[in-house]
Amino acid sequence: MGPLELLAANLLSPIVLSFALGVAAAWVRSDLKIPDDLYSALSIYLLLAIGMKGGVEISRFAPSQIVWPAIATVALGLGTAILDFGFLRRALRVSAVDAAALAAHYGSVSAVTFIACSQYLEAVTTPAEGFLPALVALLEVPAILIALVLGRSASNGSGEPMGAVIREVLAGRSIVLLVGGLVIGALAGKERFSPVAPLFVDLYRGALVIFLLEMGLTAGRRARELRRIGVGLLVFAVAAPLVHGLLGVGAGRLVGLSVGGCTTLGVLAASASYIAAPAAVRLGLPAANPGVPLTLAIAVTFPFNLALGIPLFHRLALWMAEGPR
Amino acid sequence: MKTTPLKLVTVVAESVLGDRICEEMRSLGAKGFTVSEATGEGSRGLRTSELGGKNVRIEAVVGPDAADRILERLAERYFPHYAIIAFVHDVHVVRGDKYV
Repeated sequence: MGPLELLAANLLSPIVLSFALGVAAAWVRSDLKIPDDLYSALSIYLLLAIGMKGGVEISRFAPSQIVWPAIATVALGLGTAILDFGFLRRALRVSAVDAAALAAHYGSVSAVTFIACSQYLEAVTTPAEGFLPALVALLEVPAILIALVLGRSASNGSGEPMGAVIREVLAGRSIVLLVGGLVIGALAGKERFSPVAPLFVDLYRGALVIFLLEMGLTAGRRARELRRIGVGLLVFAVAAPLVHGLLGVGAGRLVGLSVGGCTTLGVLAASASYIAAPAAVRLGLPAANPGVPLTLAIAVTFPFNLALGIPLFHRLALWMAEGPR
Repeated sequence: MKTTPLKLVTVVAESVLGDRICEEMRSLGAKGFTVSEATGEGSRGLRTSELGGKNVRIEAVVGPDAADRILERLAERYFPHYAIIAFVHDVHVVRGDKYV
């Protein structure tokens, strides 16, 4: 498929369209609202589902096949966070705590972006290695920790003790559900997983459509805050995913992932956290402005990756694998 | 009925602080507290802990000394950077010994 067909395959998928519906509904100030409890329930369901699916798949790989991708993932998390922190400090003259807060969000990962990417790859029949969900869990934490360390040492910062913040990150619902799901899937194996597969595999795509509708509503509401954010940071919110994605695809290539795997690692690196990072940063760097990173992550970077980033990194991964055509 | 004069401390804070404030209150002498979800807006605008986040409202009936200690601790640790308000009412309760 050519680049335009890849883009169309992505933009016309139900999840991207329902996200667009959410944005449009927020734009016209519709009274449409997904109940909070449904949102929480769906996010638990989706995280557990990708964890378990990954866990079942993981048993088919030798540990030696996973070690290098895992190391690359941790290095990506740390590297992108340090890069962002340096860039924001030097080029945009952002204060140390705010630069660290942004680095934590952008170095970490968005599980929903990962899910959208797997759906896309399924649609274009270029699946990624089954152990990629484990990398989502791995990428979530390192960037948050290094960014907190950078921010706190540069501002001789206040905030909760580091140990309490680390506990908060590791015990957060996304890590518990992802890692827990991976363990359940790996222990149960394909055979014992199959009775629950109808709920966790087949219904999953439908649930995702409702979830993306809520994401669209939130992004649309948040978009109103963008007016108060400077141009430099808006550019950062698009440039960071491009640079991170390039590094991610390259790292995937280096450790021998397939085209689907490279695409996914690129998308993971390009995505920005809006669940784990905000809570950790709020406690670890209370002086940082909490609104800016969250607004940029949800209203700029998430839609960018969802609509353009995913097919773009796929194209890049193809190019790296096959050379320009 | 015989009542005892005590203080009702009410704290409304961003939900990320909920558990911490309850722990602080207990360690500073509150025998119990009531927690409820709250929504609203203040000088700090949108909440951050969840998408479109929530606040918590924590209420505790305590003696006057404990009320002072709680307010001082909140002022020192949380007022500078977090979305949080706290205030104290005079209340009259039955079974006053239950609270101190």
